[in-house]
Amino acid sequence: MNVHESDARRIFADRGLPVPPSRVATTPDEAATAAAEFAGLVVVKALVLAGGRGKAGGVKLADGAEAARDAAQQILGLEIRGERVRRVLVAPAVDIEREIYLGVTIDRERQSAVVMASASGGIEIEEVAAATPEAIERIEFDVARGVDAWQARAVGFALGLGGRQVLAFVGILNGLVRVFVECDASLAEVNPLVVSPDGKLWAIDAKLNIDDNALGRRPALEQLRDADAEEPAEARARAAGISYIKLDGDIGCMVNGAGLAMATMDVVKHYGGEPANFLDVGGGAGADRVSAALSIILDDPNVRAVFVNIFGGITRADDVARGVLAARESMPRAVPLVVRLMGTNEAEGLRLLADAGIQAERSMDAAARLAVEAVR
Amino acid sequence: MSVLLDASTRVVVQGITGRQGAFHAQRMAEAGTAVVAGVTPGRAGAAVDGLPSVPVFNTMAEAVSDTGANVACIFVPPPFAADAILEDISAGLELIVCITEGIPVIDMLRVMPVLRGSSSRLIGPNCPGIAVPGAQVKVGIMPWEIHAPGRVGVVSRSGTLTYEVVQHLTDGGLGQSAAVGIGGDPIIGTRFTDVLELYEQDDETDGIVLLGEIGGGDEEQAAQFIHERVTKPVSAFIAGKTAPPERRMGHAGAIVSGSEGTAAGKEAALREAGVLVGDTPREAVELLAAQLS
Repeated sequence: MNVHESDARRIFADRGLPVPPSRVATTPDEAATAAAEFAGLVVVKALVLAGGRGKAGGVKLADGAEAARDAAQQILGLEIRGERVRRVLVAPAVDIEREIYLGVTIDRERQSAVVMASASGGIEIEEVAAATPEAIERIEFDVARGVDAWQARAVGFALGLGGRQVLAFVGILNGLVRVFVECDASLAEVNPLVVSPDGKLWAIDAKLNIDDNALGRRPALEQLRDADAEEPAEARARAAGISYIKLDGDIGCMVNGAGLAMATMDVVKHYGGEPANFLDVGGGAGADRVSAALSIILDDPNVRAVFVNIFGGITRADDVARGVLAARESMPRAVPLVVRLMGTNEAEGLRLLADAGIQAERSMDAAARLAVEAVR
Repeated sequence: MSVLLDASTRVVVQGITGRQGAFHAQRMAEAGTAVVAGVTPGRAGAAVDGLPSVPVFNTMAEAVSDTGANVACIFVPPPFAADAILEDISAGLELIVCITEGIPVIDMLRVMPVLRGSSSRLIGPNCPGIAVPGAQVKVGIMPWEIHAPGRVGVVSRSGTLTYEVVQHLTDGGLGQSAAVGIGGDPIIGTRFTDVLELYEQDDETDGIVLLGEIGGGDEEQAAQFIHERVTKPVSAFIAGKTAPPERRMGHAGAIVSGSEGTAAGKEAALREAGVLVGDTPREAVELLAAQLS
């Protein structure tokens, strides 16, 4: 789950990072008031979860209240990667002498938590990694222990910071590591970390991405979820324990297991169809969840056929069959239903379906072809 | 010689008194696996549905010392699963198979340094487990009936996709030396390269099916390993060709970030290494079958 910059700034500041003050504005007038409070040059930024907002015109400098009002006027209502801008962040602009990148994330290849820092701040770290990987300083660390001060100092010196700045940098790095561990983050990033002409360090941006698996034990972070930035159907699915991502096709897919769910989309496409969604009903789904999944799929008006592809392991075919039958009773509209059912408790599942007049398929390929034919 | 499991496998099921733990402990026993103990803290002495002779202990150390268990299978809920892995490592289990899905990544990052300093091997988490049809042993949740003894090794990041491919193999007359699900999470105990090495060394394996998916760089790493070290034929299927970027596709590890982790990139790397890449799971099986015949 991505957290808005306004919340991430607060979380970072709480752990001692030097984050300039800021206000959130929902109208141009509020932006003007905030700018007047800070005096001088301010930055007005779109509060959206999508990346690339600078390039999309979502970040503007403004000198004074009137300019801030104009900037907010232009930014509010923009659509950035499908996300409508409803709020802006207003903060005093910081004079920039140099920009540094600092981030804490998971290195999948090395199977470790890692701090990454680069003297090339302000641009995406992926670009730096691709062009000059040697320009990135890295500290792999044990999350139970954190980063030692000497390691952080070494990175500070490698970035070319002076003695006093390095002390500040060590505090910032350790603060960001604390954010990462205490918030169950998958990414905590300051880009850029700015050195101002007076030699001070400022975190002028804050990016925080929380591990979805940990939200259950982080209720305060769950509260930061922006429900308006989420597809309503995806939110409904999440509440039911289902992974659902809406796509543009017309064949609704209900599958157990993420890998098989992706493969089902691929196979539908292979036979000339277009999947309407990714849906993993989750391991061990009972009849209720299966029924909820079908109802979510059918709420998409583009769906003209549903392909149920279940290979039971921890999920049991008879539970799925009961869910399919219950959902069919209350289907808001009739569309062709192609069911492929195998695996744990298969015989009982097939019997339940056959008693209700549904002939389940055995092969995923054959079932995918039937689903594609059904929408032709 | 067989891969990971054999006649000496003695399984202890963690979370055996739960709905999933009890159900799958029974299925494992039915397949022929020696399920010798269960562990649920606070439930020592409890009776397990369908397995009245399997004793339940409060701690893993007791289960190991009383029954000689050497393989753990974890069905513990996500908030407690990393602790279960740490308990297994401490009890000295050779092999730990963690089925649990949804473990916070930070918990796994805490486990990793302890695991690296131990002699235990971890499979998973968020995996279906291991099946070795020839030895009549399974540790995990896969449906047993779809397997047949034979000489193809399967390794996969996805549970149900493994079943899909095992079914195709069995239908096509190709049995399996083993099927290993390594799990769909970003931090896992055993990776493609580890299992490829086991299959390469295994004199009962003639060919390998690798099932990957979008996200991370494990398939690329596997391709490099296959190029350098694997002499047996390998076919592959990569799930997620139609997945949109920057969206987590169910598995915590299945996300395309920027240009990284795409299906196209993985397929290209595998082809470059001489792997037969199928456009569908069925095609991957057919390509290997043609190579082996």
